[in-house]
Amino acid sequence: MQKRYMSIWFRHLVTDWLMLRQPELKDLPIVLVAPEHNRMMVKATNVAAEAQGVSVGMAAADAKAITSNLQVIDYPLGKENQLLRRLGLWCIRYTPIVAIDLPDGLILDISGCPHLWGSEKGYLKTIVLKLRDMGYDTRAAIADTVGAAWAIARYGKVTPIIESGGQAEGIANLIPAALRLEPEILDKLYKLGFRSVKSFMAMPRTVLRRRFGEGFLLRLAQALGKADEHLKPIIPPVPYAERLLCLEPVRTDTAIEIAIQKLSASLCSRLQAEGKGIRKAVLKCFRVDGKMVQAAITTTRGSRSVSHLCKLFGLQIDKIEPALGIELFLLEAQKVEDIDTIQEKLWAGHPGLQDTALAELLDRIAGKIGPERIKRYLPAEHYWPERSMRPAVSLKDVSATAWRSNRPRPIRLLAKPEPIEVMALLPDYPPKVFIHKGKRHVVGKADGPERIEREWWLDRGEHRDYYMVEDEDGGRYWLFRSGHYDGHGGDWYLHGYFA
Amino acid sequence: MPATKKELIDSLQKDILQLEGYKPPPAGTQQLMGLGPIEAAFPNGVFPLGTVHELVCGTTEEATASSGLITGLLSVLMQNGGVCLWISLTGNLFPSALVNFGAEADRLIFIRVMKDQEALWVMEEALKCPGLVAVIAEVKELDFKQSRRLQLAVEQSHVTGFILRNTSKKIGSTACAARWQVKPLPSEAVDGLPGLGFPRWQIELLRVRNGHPSHWVMEWAAGQFRPVDKKQVLIPERKAG
Repeated sequence: MQKRYMSIWFRHLVTDWLMLRQPELKDLPIVLVAPEHNRMMVKATNVAAEAQGVSVGMAAADAKAITSNLQVIDYPLGKENQLLRRLGLWCIRYTPIVAIDLPDGLILDISGCPHLWGSEKGYLKTIVLKLRDMGYDTRAAIADTVGAAWAIARYGKVTPIIESGGQAEGIANLIPAALRLEPEILDKLYKLGFRSVKSFMAMPRTVLRRRFGEGFLLRLAQALGKADEHLKPIIPPVPYAERLLCLEPVRTDTAIEIAIQKLSASLCSRLQAEGKGIRKAVLKCFRVDGKMVQAAITTTRGSRSVSHLCKLFGLQIDKIEPALGIELFLLEAQKVEDIDTIQEKLWAGHPGLQDTALAELLDRIAGKIGPERIKRYLPAEHYWPERSMRPAVSLKDVSATAWRSNRPRPIRLLAKPEPIEVMALLPDYPPKVFIHKGKRHVVGKADGPERIEREWWLDRGEHRDYYMVEDEDGGRYWLFRSGHYDGHGGDWYLHGYFA
Repeated sequence: MPATKKELIDSLQKDILQLEGYKPPPAGTQQLMGLGPIEAAFPNGVFPLGTVHELVCGTTEEATASSGLITGLLSVLMQNGGVCLWISLTGNLFPSALVNFGAEADRLIFIRVMKDQEALWVMEEALKCPGLVAVIAEVKELDFKQSRRLQLAVEQSHVTGFILRNTSKKIGSTACAARWQVKPLPSEAVDGLPGLGFPRWQIELLRVRNGHPSHWVMEWAAGQFRPVDKKQVLIPERKAG
């Protein structure tokens, strides 16, 4: 397919931004100045200043001398990059590939996009008018090459749209500066009498190379489409993504649901063909007011089931705030994995951890309350109670060891041992009475102690002597004394409850 | 004639049971839960699976005893490789101990929630999922409407649900199939040896739909439930506070 590019030129990018920020400056001549070789030089102007003869590159003092009422403001360094990035992100609704073209433009790869707006003419008009509405003085052009679009946007006088293959005629009458050349080369061209591109376009390359160098030839070839030019998009394209453009901005939950349904259906059919499933997906909603809201889902196993994806996103619809309306939906599968179709069939309907229904259930729960709250544990080879298990990494994770069953362990273990007051008959005897949270328990039967040493290579501290006790009401508890008995009893804690 | 009258009532009762969704299990497929005499209290003499059971527990000790009972039941339910979900607010269940009650902790998925509402949402979603064996939720309160929703979810999927109600200040009616209360009892020394005996509970069926509420004393010994002769047991009077 023939590539088409659009170049957007913001004539007074930074001054326009400043006038939007400070409307009182609107009708005044403004120059933005920055120091250069110990002199203040004009870096940007507005229309009112240009009308009085000020141009970029003048000394600030000269500009002040020839105009009245000139507002001299310091140039905000690096602002243009920030502004272009913001405008570029806004342009994502017209094409997925937008690149910044410093210092004052954007390049859009519009191949395959304009027909959604009827024609290239309508497309260009929509973008330019919207940008002008936003307050930026904009010019744009469409051509087969980045170079030609750039040249026409800045220097073209006839038409902003160059038909496919017509870039040579399109730029023929423009001045050499339209080729994005260095100032020294432009000076040389001017001295030699080249006033337009056509005067040297047909010259032999060897002749041109000798006088102007390789860079000049590359720019010429790029403008004519004889050499490739690569763009660096602001948002790297995601390989698995689907876009849905709304004719009218939508606001209702039902409309968002339909959009999700449509997007996931087309994405899933593509994943189906390639044998892949989604692990992580993001739904980006671009709103009329220029903001973007998004909802993300993750799955425990690769999924390409439309109904499942719809359910997962359905849980998040209330988080998507449509405000005045959403005009573009973008569904990106940021992480995909291969799924084995045979395996999927084998496990369907079979109870167990590999069950598809279980994985989908966990995805829904994770979407609602957060994945960190779902835990599965596997045995770990530690005696220290808090470390005797480890969270499983995935549903497929299996343990190399079995659960230990030779020691009594409480069915409920407190995350943090709770201090208790204890009375024991003899220092190393199990307690006779203990008080926990103000309640007095008289111990009837007891087992122990079971000493568990702290793993010194992991942390420091005292060992624990665990006792299993039963009070007169039948409640069974796991108590421990931290460290040795040292004359005044040691610290006692309640750590768990037995069934 | 009394014989015919009794037969008539029996057949009518069976009809009512069937209308209420209780199907008599086909002969030979009866799954015993290992609960011994308790199972006879349920309609048709079978522990009702695919319904929601409610366990009332006022203290942590009672909640722990109830967890023990459930884990003992899970060991039977999870025999053929099924998965369970345990939803709780505290999240203090200790997986390493479950093996003592015969349950395989690595096929148990724990979900920690912040509110009752979340717990009930997760439970309802989970009860709709036919891939699970049982879903256990620890909540503070449960009202009739919520229990009805859970019961409806369960009717489609035949997953068994257990609700642990951690506060039992006032117990309203619910749509659960059975209401249990499990209290720990002092254990009996084995062969006169010192130390603790087998975990012993007083299991009370406060309410059973179409069954016979009653109470039993059970022990968990050697990997199964074992009824304890009531005469031996002295149920202590609980002191207030």
